[in-house]
Amino acid sequence: MATTAVNSASPGARSLLQRIRAGDEIAWLITLIFAAAIIGVTVLLVMELWIHSDPARSKFGFEFLKRSVWDPVTDEFGAMPFIYGTVVTSMLALLIAVPLGVGAAIFLSELAPPRVSNVFTFLVELLAAVPSVIFGLLAIFALVPLMRSYVQPFLIHTLGWLPLFKGPAYGVGVLTASVVLAIMIFPYIISISREALIQVPREQREAALALGATRWEATWDAVVPFARLGIMGSVFLSLARALGETMAVTMVIGNEPRIHASLLAPGYSIAAVIANEFREATGDTYLSALVELGLVLFVITIILNGMGRLLIVATTKPGTAR
Amino acid sequence: MSTAAVALRRPPVHLRHRRRVVNSVMLTLTLLCTIITVSALFLILGYLVWNGSRSLDWNFFTKLPLSPGETGGGMANAIVGSAKMVMLAAVIGVPIGFMAGVYTSEFGGATMGFLVRYTADLLNGVPSIVIGIFAWTLVVVPMKTFSAVAGGVALSLMVIPITMRSTEQFLQQVPLSLREGALALGASKWRTIATVVVPAARAGILTGIILGVARITGETAPLLFTALNNQFWSNGWNQPTASLPVMIYYRALSPYEDFHRQAWAAGLVLLTLVLIANIAARMILSRGAVASRG
Repeated sequence: MATTAVNSASPGARSLLQRIRAGDEIAWLITLIFAAAIIGVTVLLVMELWIHSDPARSKFGFEFLKRSVWDPVTDEFGAMPFIYGTVVTSMLALLIAVPLGVGAAIFLSELAPPRVSNVFTFLVELLAAVPSVIFGLLAIFALVPLMRSYVQPFLIHTLGWLPLFKGPAYGVGVLTASVVLAIMIFPYIISISREALIQVPREQREAALALGATRWEATWDAVVPFARLGIMGSVFLSLARALGETMAVTMVIGNEPRIHASLLAPGYSIAAVIANEFREATGDTYLSALVELGLVLFVITIILNGMGRLLIVATTKPGTAR
Repeated sequence: MSTAAVALRRPPVHLRHRRRVVNSVMLTLTLLCTIITVSALFLILGYLVWNGSRSLDWNFFTKLPLSPGETGGGMANAIVGSAKMVMLAAVIGVPIGFMAGVYTSEFGGATMGFLVRYTADLLNGVPSIVIGIFAWTLVVVPMKTFSAVAGGVALSLMVIPITMRSTEQFLQQVPLSLREGALALGASKWRTIATVVVPAARAGILTGIILGVARITGETAPLLFTALNNQFWSNGWNQPTASLPVMIYYRALSPYEDFHRQAWAAGLVLLTLVLIANIAARMILSRGAVASRG
């Protein structure tokens, strides 16, 4: 094992002793230990989550995922309201962010002059670095009042006959959390989709234009389908981010462990309940129920991340220079 | 004659007209998308700068937080706490990430290389709140106290995959001819890596480290129940420790006007730090991440 790995680029005729003297084996071993540490840490993470969620798992079993009671006093716990809140806010965020983000990516990759496109992309990517607690801070003081006094009353007034938009305008709630999430995932969707669109070969555009297609037809019928896997990859990665997003959601979702039909009502997400209650959780069952929620979140995001990365790899392969 | 023939082959006028309209409408829509997304992002940041600069004063950097009701005070302890924990995280995380990156780029075989890369991506995708739980089980439970160490460990777990991936990426961009040159001169493989390959990629590797450190500086969720928070100075490493992001969180949710002011100031300071680090990293990158010539 060892020798083959090292030999790949060095002259093959040296003996093991010579190589050890040259230090290659030692360097290989040291870096291998650090690399293995990453695997070790990740395995340990899963194990710790598994072990520390044991009381809740053995008490509730798989029922935990379906129950919607959350009562620390009687030690009865269920994950449903949190799973619901997490999934609904993330999906709504995608619903808002994907059309806008992909539209912007199309503009930046296909229509804008390269200089403009580069500056915009630079700025957008810079915004991906803004810490989530800052988005939360802005959401509390800027978005929540805006939602409470303008957007939500408007929705209630016009679409109030739908159960989705019934109820008083609290300001905080599922819809507000979704809007914040949407703003937070714009940068990911825009920059990854743009990357995928830029990778589309020139011929694809030129062929469509030469056949008499308008600029938009060439883009929509020839370029976008070519990049669709990469765009879907950006959607999956953003979804994984949105699901795991903690601070901004915690600050505006309303923190009520109940499932409401209305999007204006307060809700709760997995990450938010952990952030709020973990510190003060007393009792094995309570604490382990929170850890189990963490485990659920971990599994969901890992699956989505894996799918997103696969899609991006599948699209960027041909053009990627090593 | 010929014009008539051409006209026959062309689609009817109203159809061509419709296509042109669709074209311009859709193109305008994409422009609109760009304007909406970018301006939404900038409006909120402008709002932060506006509110933050009104609230920021010298006391913020030098004084301790005050109790509710009192006006003034600062977050000196949170600034120091953040610096402590980010430093600890970098000291733990950067070497592990760097060495692992060297391994996957230079030594890793197909199987092991893939495995390490895959788990690093996995670790990178773990929600930060789950990282917090993990660090809690690792450090807080055995130590029986919230501490700066726990916070640092939690943050280091986020630095490792970022550093590893960027190190690997930039090492692989070093031209093969550089390695071959060193090997042909009789250098051993590790000497080639240490004296030729890594130095050639150092700007890129540095960028990755800066970006990783900038990212953890703003992380809140992993610190909530590892470092907790503290209204006072925390001595040493095993006491609950304040940090800027956690302070922003609690201050923003409090009902006091003056606490909100503090939160805005802290937000502006944090954002400035993060953005400066990011811009610096990009400037290093634009000057060439990999020296193409010796």
